[in-house]
Parts: sequence; structure tokens; C-alpha cells
Amino acid sequence: MSAVSDQPKSGFTLGMLVNDTRYRGYTFQFIAFFAIIFFFGWMIWNAVQNLAALGQDISFGFLGGQAGYDINQKLIPFTSTDTHFRAAIVGVLNTLLVAFLGCITATIIGVLVGILRLSNNWIVAKLMSVYVEVFRNVPLLIWILIIFSIMSNALPAPSAFRGESPEARMVLDSIALTNRGIYVPRPLWLEGSAIVVGVFLLSLIAIYALRRYAIHLLFTQGRTLPVLPLSIGLLIVPTVLAYFLMGSPVGLEYPALKGFNFQGGIQVYGSLIGLWVALSLYTGAFIAESVRGGIQAVSRGQTEAAESLGLRPRRIMSLVVLPQALRIIIPPLISQYLNLTKNSSLAAAVGYMDITGTLGGITLNQTGRSFEAVLLLMAFYLVISLCIAGVMNIYNATVKLKER
Amino acid sequence: MSDTQAEAALSFVRHEPLPPAPPPMAYRGPVHRVRHNLFSSVGNSIMTIAALYAIYLLVSAIVPWVVNGVWDASSIRDCRAQLDGKIGGCFAVIAERWPQLVFGNYPKAQYGRAMLAFVLLFAALAPLLFIELPRKLLWFTGVFPFIGYWLIWGGTIWVPILALVGIVVGYLVFVRLERQSFFGALMAGLLAMALFWGLLVGPIASGLASLVPLRLEPVQSREIGGFMINFILGTTCMALSLPIGIALALGRQSDLPIIKAICVMFIEFIRGVPLITLLFVASVMLAYFLPPGTNFDLILRVIIMITLFASAYMAEAIRGGLAALPKGQYEAGSSLGLDYWQSMRLIILPQALKISIPSIVNIAIGLFKDTTLVSIISMFDVLGMIGGPILSSTDWFGVYWELYAFAGLMFFVFCFGISKYSQYLERKLNTAHR
Repeated sequence: MSAVSDQPKSGFTLGMLVNDTRYRGYTFQFIAFFAIIFFFGWMIWNAVQNLAALGQDISFGFLGGQAGYDINQKLIPFTSTDTHFRAAIVGVLNTLLVAFLGCITATIIGVLVGILRLSNNWIVAKLMSVYVEVFRNVPLLIWILIIFSIMSNALPAPSAFRGESPEARMVLDSIALTNRGIYVPRPLWLEGSAIVVGVFLLSLIAIYALRRYAIHLLFTQGRTLPVLPLSIGLLIVPTVLAYFLMGSPVGLEYPALKGFNFQGGIQVYGSLIGLWVALSLYTGAFIAESVRGGIQAVSRGQTEAAESLGLRPRRIMSLVVLPQALRIIIPPLISQYLNLTKNSSLAAAVGYMDITGTLGGITLNQTGRSFEAVLLLMAFYLVISLCIAGVMNIYNATVKLKER
Repeated sequence: MSDTQAEAALSFVRHEPLPPAPPPMAYRGPVHRVRHNLFSSVGNSIMTIAALYAIYLLVSAIVPWVVNGVWDASSIRDCRAQLDGKIGGCFAVIAERWPQLVFGNYPKAQYGRAMLAFVLLFAALAPLLFIELPRKLLWFTGVFPFIGYWLIWGGTIWVPILALVGIVVGYLVFVRLERQSFFGALMAGLLAMALFWGLLVGPIASGLASLVPLRLEPVQSREIGGFMINFILGTTCMALSLPIGIALALGRQSDLPIIKAICVMFIEFIRGVPLITLLFVASVMLAYFLPPGTNFDLILRVIIMITLFASAYMAEAIRGGLAALPKGQYEAGSSLGLDYWQSMRLIILPQALKISIPSIVNIAIGLFKDTTLVSIISMFDVLGMIGGPILSSTDWFGVYWELYAFAGLMFFVFCFGISKYSQYLERKLNTAHR
């Protein structure tokens, strides 16, 4: 307050808006604000004029129109008589599907490779660094195209499976790798299967409770329980019992060659596999680097301190090194998930019908509604990104070092 | 007595200790290293054997493919006939379509120009990459964009020269006003440059061109393709996005709420959407936002969108560097009586940029790789060339591996080179721990 009252009251001149540091900031912001408003206004004005000249308008009514195209890989039923909106939903689900699958496999690959790169085993460590360098330095699009062309050119046609001594065989008599996609068995949920699933979920909860109880016991009474064997038992025994008690309600429908193609089972198209494998390998290489960096960032003194406390090597890893490394690994890991989700839009290159392929591809070309389609596309990806960023912020807040 | 007798009985007494015997064979040399590192436990042995098997699989798949490769054939059928059932690559497609992969549909007579531009690009980059080179070479780096443009697109030489003059005019205005305020002078300089470009370049260039017709054969943008386009996009967008990224990063760190909000919104929006949607904007939407009747070159539109994309990422990298600087550096600047722009220019940015070199290089590599995405909006970059004219030709239908491996190898060489260079630069600039 005193600083303000010390200022001379009179003598404000127009020049002070530019020369006085107290007001200059406001002047610049004012100018910048109006420059932005003017710029956007100019663009919108141009857009309105251009659209008027073309006789178009902005409307999202096209989403209700009939799509008129088919989508091979889909999670919900879709035919060419459905609307563009439903096609977009199919696309959204396909994007989420490949992103979800990709995130899981990329994490597994990345963590494994990241740890193996630090191994004392020279051959393994070198092999892993070759993998990382090769995948990080070649564009993702090339990987997608390469793996997709393996899927569609190098694999045998369904007809190769026919005959007495076929050229190609199904893996384990249940999975067929063909150039029309991969056929895997489909689980059949018969009557009573809900109970088996319920038992399985209950046993998961029981394992969680067991672990909590074991820690409680350790902290209060100093006794340890054989947690691992008990958990494995809990995981398997009740579900298997329920499965046989209910009379085997969950079955598998195997793909079988009928006519020119395989029938039954789930058909996973080569485009999905190509995209999924390429995304996982590519992102896995980046995740491996963050994992390696995170583990190396935990100072050697921490390991030595744990050793001098008498912890065994596995305990050192799980109780001392990993919790500290995770704090460093997780933020880049989540941003890699975000990258993977955004990169899944490269599906367009192999004809996998994700949101970019449906809404931003065929729908856009058929209806000519480029404006609306691209806007919706951007909005969708923005929402996903903001959600992932929100999760990351929550995580960062919880694991932040509590400084006092 | 007995002692002397015993001494007399011994013919030899050793006075120095024996040299230590070498460790047993199993504990030294390569045998020990192999046993200790590769076969120290069951798990480790399994991993070693699995790794060796994987290497064997890779080598046995790749070596015959490369060694038996056919380099001289006219079509894939010819290739298969020459291979005669052996496993081998058909590299003849690369040998034959080499110009297409590198230059796209660029006119054959003008390849020399493109090659010259490519060589000059490295000459222009050299003083930026190697600090030992004389600083005077930076003048050439500054002039190169105009030479490069003229060599690749052709046309009259007066347009790039006048564009350069425009920059000189802007710089003169900036120098004249710099005493009063750095920021104001910068804005005035940019304004003068824009005015010169917008109002004077066109008429003067056509006037001069009719007087002194110094011109190269013009080349249309759609004729440019192959690796050339990846290079043009990569270098141009990288060069343009660095200053924009710095401005955005400073804006995001600023105390002025409206400036900060604008920068944050821009950065988060760009980082939230995939590049491919921005390329869709470039190919189908950008024309709507320009005054009716303006016709913009597709390469230029794509350059604008990729630059915006890269500058958002660049801003985040530089913000990391700014945030990593100790607060004392900012305070030191203030206590020396420097104003905001002076302390940024002289104290903060040189250090912050040094810290952010690894992330900037990562963005550069990512950007170069991302230039392949333009093939999705049907531009004929190297992947567009492969997927379009080459694979759909009757001669080379079905030659996938060789082409993709070639494109991948080219990208690998450049990206790996850049990343190795950045590690060298980091070591060189690391002045903190000597």
C-alpha cells in the first residue's frame, strides 16, 4: 500500500503507457489482445465470405445422413445404411481400441527392454540398444507400412490351409495367420458364465485384501505370510471350481476353414495388427529410454544404503529403487501414451477405420463437410489429450516430493 | 649352532617373495569375462542363448537377402528370373527409380540445381554445427534460404534478392530504433519488413526482371517430391519454429496474464491434436480462412502448419530450459539494471537454450520423421512416391521390402547422425563440470 501512496498523483501522460514499466505491460497486453481478436475476426470473416460464395453453410446435420460405406474392423454392429454419426462412433471406438492395446504392449516391451539395456549381459544389452536406436530413428509411418505389408503379403492366403497336407498350419489348432487377417477363437458366454466371472472378480478382491492384511500383520505383529503362493491359489482355485461346478459354461468358438475363407472366431484384420504392432514397437523404444533413464537416475547411494540395511536384491529393487524410479518414469510414460494415441491417427495409411479414417476420411470426402469434420476430429483428440494430461497432473501432485 | 648348520645345509635362501601366480584360467581373460557376464546364472545363460538365437535369426534373414540382391534388372519379373528361386532382394528398383525417390517429378534437366542446393545446405549448416569454423561463414547461412529457394523453385532472381533487401530494411529500422526500446524496435523492424515485402517486392521485381532477365527455369511446387520434400519441410520448419518457440516459451513464462493465456492456449491446443489433423487443415481448410481468391501453394500451407506444430513443442522444450535456470540468474540480471529484453538476450536465453539442446534435437529428429506424414494428404514425398507411382507401376508391383528398407535406412542415417551430433555438442558445451 505504502508503495502506491508514494507515487506522485499527478502527471500521467499518454507517453507513460509506453515508457513507464508500470503501465507498459497493460498496453502490450491490450494491443496483443486486440491483435488476436482482429486476426481471428479476419479469418472468420473470410471463412463466412468463402462459404457464402460456395453456397455452403456450417451445419452438423450431415452426421444424421446415411453413411453408405462399410467398415470391416468394428466393435459395434455397423452397416452401410447406418448414419455418419454411428460411423464416427465406430471410429472413436477403434481409435480407443488400438490405443488401449498399444499402450499395454508398449509398456511391457518398454519396461523389459529398458531393464535389459542395463543388464551386465553384454550381448543382450547391445541387442536392446540396437532395437531402441533402430525404432527411434526411423519414421513410425515406415514401420506401419512395413508391418502391414508383412501382414498382407508375407502371410499365406486362407486357401493354403486347405487339403490333406496344407502349406500352412494353424497355430495350436486355434489361431490362423492369414493375409486376410488373424483369426482367433471367440469366447462363448453360456448360461452360468456370469457366476464364474463373478467368482473370478471376487478372488481378485480377496487377493487385494490378503495383501493388505499381510502388510498389517507385518507392521503390527512382525509376522509374515506366504503371500505369493496364497495369491496364486486364490487366483486359480475358486474360479476353476466354479467353472466345473457350473458345468463348463465358458467355451471357445474356433475358426474353421469353410469355402474360401475362415468362419467363426474373431477376425482381426491385418490393418489393426500392423498398426498395433508398429505402434507398440515404436513407442516401446521410447518408453525403454525413459525406463532406463529413470532407473539410472536413482542414486547409487540408495542401493548401497539398502544393502547396508541387509535387504535382499529383489527387495532393494521393489522397495527402494523402483518407487523412486517410478516418480521419474511415469510422467514421460504418460506423455508417451498420449503420443501413441495421437499417432494412432496414422491408421489412415493402412486403411484401419479409426476416427481419422471414418470422420476425417470417408465421411469428409463423401459429404464435403471438411470444416465440420476436421473441427470434430480436433475436438475429439483434444478431449482425449486433456483427459490424459489431467490424469498426469493428479499423479504428479500425489507423488511430488513433499518439501518442507 | 643348529641354526648355522641348517643355513649351511641349505644351498639357496630366497630373499624376495615370489611374484604372484596368475589366476587360474577360469578366472581371467576372455573366458572369465564370458562366464561372469554372459553365463553367470541359469537365467542369464538363457538370456544369452536367446539373444544369440535372435541375432542368428536376424542375420540369417538379412544377409542372404542383401548378398543375393539383384541390382540390375528392368522389372520385378526380370528380378525373379535372375534370382531363380533364391532368397534375395530386388534392389534394381532403387537403382532404376533412384531419381524419383530423391527428386520426385522434378524436371530431369534441373537435377543439378537441386543437388547444388543440397550441397549448399550443408555448407550453410556447417558454421551452425561446428563452432570452430570462422564466424564470417554465418553470413552465408543467412543468405542461403534465398539462394536455396531460387535454385529449387527457379524463376527470376530478383524476388529472392528483394526479399533479402526487405530483411536488410527491417534490420536497419531495428538498429535505428534499438536505443529506445528493444521490443519496440523489433516490432518496427518486422513491420517495415512486412510492408516492404507486401508493397514493394512485386512491382520492383517485375520491373527489374524486364530490365535484366536473370532467371532459371521455374519449377512448380507439385513437381517437387521424394526426399527433397522431406528435406525442405524438415529444415525450413525447424529453422522457422525455433524463434517462434522461443517467443511462445517467453510468453508462457511471462507475468502478463493475457499474453500468458494466449500462449498457453496455443501450445496446449497444438500439442493436443495429432499432426495429421493439422495437415488436413492445411490441405482442405486453410483456403477457407484466407481472403476469397487467394491461392496458396500447398507446400507453403504445409510449411505453415508444420511450423506451428513444431513451435509448440519447441516452446515446451525451451520452457524446460528456462525453468531449470536458477532464480539467481534472473535476479542477477535485474540487479545489474538490465531491462527484461536485455537480461533475456544476454543472460537467460543463452543458458536456457544450452540446457534445452537435447530436447530441441529430439524435436528436430521427430519433426524430420514426421515430414513423412505429408504422404497421407497425397503429397509425393519419399513414402508418397513409393506408395504411388512406384508400387503401382506394372514393372515394380510387389517390391515392398527393398523400397521401405531404403527409405528407412535414409531416415536412420540422418536421424542417428543428428542424435550422435547432439551428444557431441552437449559434451562440448558442458562448461559446468570441468
